[in-house]
Amino acid sequence: MSVVDRQDWDVVVVGAGGAGLRAAIEARERGARTAVICKSLFGKAHTVMAEGGIAAAMGNVNSGDNWEVHFRDTMRGGKFLNQWRMAELHANEAPDRVWELETWGALFDRTKDGRISQRNFGGHEYPRLAHVGDRTGLELIRTLQQKIVSLQQEDFRETGDYESRLKVFQECTVTRVLKDGDKVSGVFGYERESGRFFVLEAPAVVIATGGIGKSFKVTSNSWEYTGDGHALALLAGAPLLNMEFVQFHPTGMVWPPSVKGILVTESVRGDGGVLRNSEGKRFMFDYIPDVFKEKYAQSEEEGDRWYEDPDHNRRPPELLPRDEVARAINSEVKAGRGSPHGGVFLDVSTRMPAEVIRRRLPSMYHQFKELADVDITAEAMEVGPTCHYVMGGIAVESDTAAARGVPGLFAAGEVAGGMHGSNRLGGNSLSDLLVFGRRAGWHAAEYAAGLTDTRPPVDEDQIDTAAAEALRPFSAEGPAPGADDGRPPENPYTLHQELQQAMNDLVGIIRREGEMERALEKLADLRVRARRAGVEGHRQFNPGWHLSLDLRNMLLVSECVARAALERTESRGGHTREDHPAMDRKWRNVNLLCALTDPTGGLLATDPVSGQITLTREITEPIRADLLALFEKEELVKYLAEEELYE
Amino acid sequence: MSSYEAAFKVWRGDIKGGGLEDFKIEVNDGEVVLDIIHRIQATQAPDLAVRWNCKAGKCGSCSAEINGRPRLMCMTRMSVFTRDETITVTPLRAFPVIRDLVTDVGFNYQKAREVPSFVPPADLGPGEYRMFQEDVDRSQEFRKCIECFLCQDTCHVVRDHEENKTAFAGPRFLMRVAELDMHPLDAAESTGLDRKATAQEEHGLGYCNITKCCSEVCPEGIHITDNALIPLKERAVDRKYDPLVWLGSKIRRRPTEG
Repeated sequence: MSVVDRQDWDVVVVGAGGAGLRAAIEARERGARTAVICKSLFGKAHTVMAEGGIAAAMGNVNSGDNWEVHFRDTMRGGKFLNQWRMAELHANEAPDRVWELETWGALFDRTKDGRISQRNFGGHEYPRLAHVGDRTGLELIRTLQQKIVSLQQEDFRETGDYESRLKVFQECTVTRVLKDGDKVSGVFGYERESGRFFVLEAPAVVIATGGIGKSFKVTSNSWEYTGDGHALALLAGAPLLNMEFVQFHPTGMVWPPSVKGILVTESVRGDGGVLRNSEGKRFMFDYIPDVFKEKYAQSEEEGDRWYEDPDHNRRPPELLPRDEVARAINSEVKAGRGSPHGGVFLDVSTRMPAEVIRRRLPSMYHQFKELADVDITAEAMEVGPTCHYVMGGIAVESDTAAARGVPGLFAAGEVAGGMHGSNRLGGNSLSDLLVFGRRAGWHAAEYAAGLTDTRPPVDEDQIDTAAAEALRPFSAEGPAPGADDGRPPENPYTLHQELQQAMNDLVGIIRREGEMERALEKLADLRVRARRAGVEGHRQFNPGWHLSLDLRNMLLVSECVARAALERTESRGGHTREDHPAMDRKWRNVNLLCALTDPTGGLLATDPVSGQITLTREITEPIRADLLALFEKEELVKYLAEEELYE
Repeated sequence: MSSYEAAFKVWRGDIKGGGLEDFKIEVNDGEVVLDIIHRIQATQAPDLAVRWNCKAGKCGSCSAEINGRPRLMCMTRMSVFTRDETITVTPLRAFPVIRDLVTDVGFNYQKAREVPSFVPPADLGPGEYRMFQEDVDRSQEFRKCIECFLCQDTCHVVRDHEENKTAFAGPRFLMRVAELDMHPLDAAESTGLDRKATAQEEHGLGYCNITKCCSEVCPEGIHITDNALIPLKERAVDRKYDPLVWLGSKIRRRPTEG
């Protein structure tokens, strides 16, 4: 039996970004003793990278805004595949979640009359994003972090211990969710610093680990985004939903190579920036799809007038949802009208005075100046698509954030699926984190409270198995069974690079059947080789070891993306098939669920054909009539199948 | 694009000791020091320990000392060095080393807990806050802080004086006190908390002798000394020695209009 440190908690939150911290605050405020586990230092989670703002229909800048309009925009952005109840809750509750942040000390940019300022963003009908310059994510995470500290100060006054009711385990990684029968009983993980294993026993676990971008080569995501939560849920028996939908943000840096993929905020366009090709043409006017024709300007003049007079003009097509803009850029580059480093030009320098740019987009100014020697007040930026966000994720109940099929497991934020349908609007992520982070914390606390006398016990065998799995990279198998050459263990960094290249090239922004089949073969090969990923040194802060363990998660999640993308024979939102270029109404109400083929949670690592993931289709619940009534019939016929309309 | 081979010295070791290790490593156009550290990790030293996250100067994780100067590795371009220069990368000196370039920055989290949090005004509910941009500008500047702790590392009050750590919060957390003090709606006073006084009495503001080292290393360009520490000092001094200010502090602040 492994000797590991063990502690008891009511609720364990895995992940300390916006969703995880909001969940932890809620659980603790509802009386649950709550532990937060995060891979990085407290306050460094990927949420800090969010730039543009938090979408919430407060109506501070345009009083025409309200939750119904926000709901409509969200459904349109997601091409009506959204789990509509989540989109409804989200639009409804986002304003309260933003105002609450002010009572915790957040300082948003202000309107002239002293309220929270709101900015325009792609796909949002009105100025809707609460923001702090272009560093809104930092403000969000710092505010939540400081709220947690204030709760800890309260606990210190009452108990003499800051961590008696709310503790952050920083620089720790969870590798398994432990179960008793079908119920959650805790988590197994290791401290990155020491390599020591630990078990937190808890009846309720909230997964809030963010996304999967590190499986792709060009990405705006940090090293933490290895799909841990997605994999933990799969391994615990919870299905993932619609994993084919991956958002490629239209504007990432393209040069120099070392910063390729780093995000250039959509605020640049929201505040007036325009996209041009190498011929100097504002090409987005050529890419307005039929479903959006009535809503976007048809000429540059009209688009430009909209910034000053939005009531009598339509918005410029640079502010189409992200999937549309990313595809357009991709097409321009492919047609030979790209910029010198393979992107297109994004220009604010001719649109705003230099000091306005520096005030409204300070970190963009800084980022380009420092990393690319480009002064964005004087010249155009070069930008291109970058893997940014996964719409797919753990299938959850809309109201409670409970993962389907595993009592005690909850999920919130990017790792949860459904909310954004096939494509997320900018600004809807930060609000999603707050709305569903809170709901996950609330229901996890409630669930845990209901089990006070009958907590699921932790199974010792599962601890031993988890420990053995985590230690394997130190005794990596040499030659594979039956192999005659004495191959050395695989380098985890090399495996990771090959995985990123394969996903980027074969399951990227534009997809083709044959390429995705090749991707699945490549993934099978990598899975075999990953079993032999080996590391040197010892367990103390050893990044090679950490990566070897993360590879399991990236490979699982990548297989989900590739399999689901191969299955869905249409193009919708963040899933574009060259061989099926149109959106198909028959697919509108179809969810693809990924589950582990071996329901015991074991990994049949070596079967290349069937892989580890089984797909099933499910028909979504019809959209509630009063929500459908928010749309014009003429618009609905573009999305919904005939029979859905007649109900 | 042109590549060359650079000479690096990277500190490797742990709490028990260690030393500089030499690496010859490829450098490409546009790369930053963190890229090179990653290349060393991927090709020569897979267990080289380093903290990093965003690689875009936004999270403040990859702090280290490069040729002796506290910097973010992700924002230090290789082009600032000559090609024949040996580049030395060492962990932050003011904090105990854990392994290689990773240090124990727990000191900062402890200090963060010692600063009383924002106190919401009792008479305003969520959604009722009204503040003007010019009144939040100053605190917003301080909230740009990415908590890289370079200012804490460079500050000579603690850099070579471990013994001062108990009494001194460091520039980052003195700035936090200033931020809250300048927040237009912070209601600390109504609870009997005088933030200015605590800066002096509990967070060691008096140790600071305004050498501005903290402002110089701040990757966000925050004017820590000029805009946070000096005003805090001036006001702390006013409070302490000026009887009129003292009297004023006993009378409730006039409510602002609107």
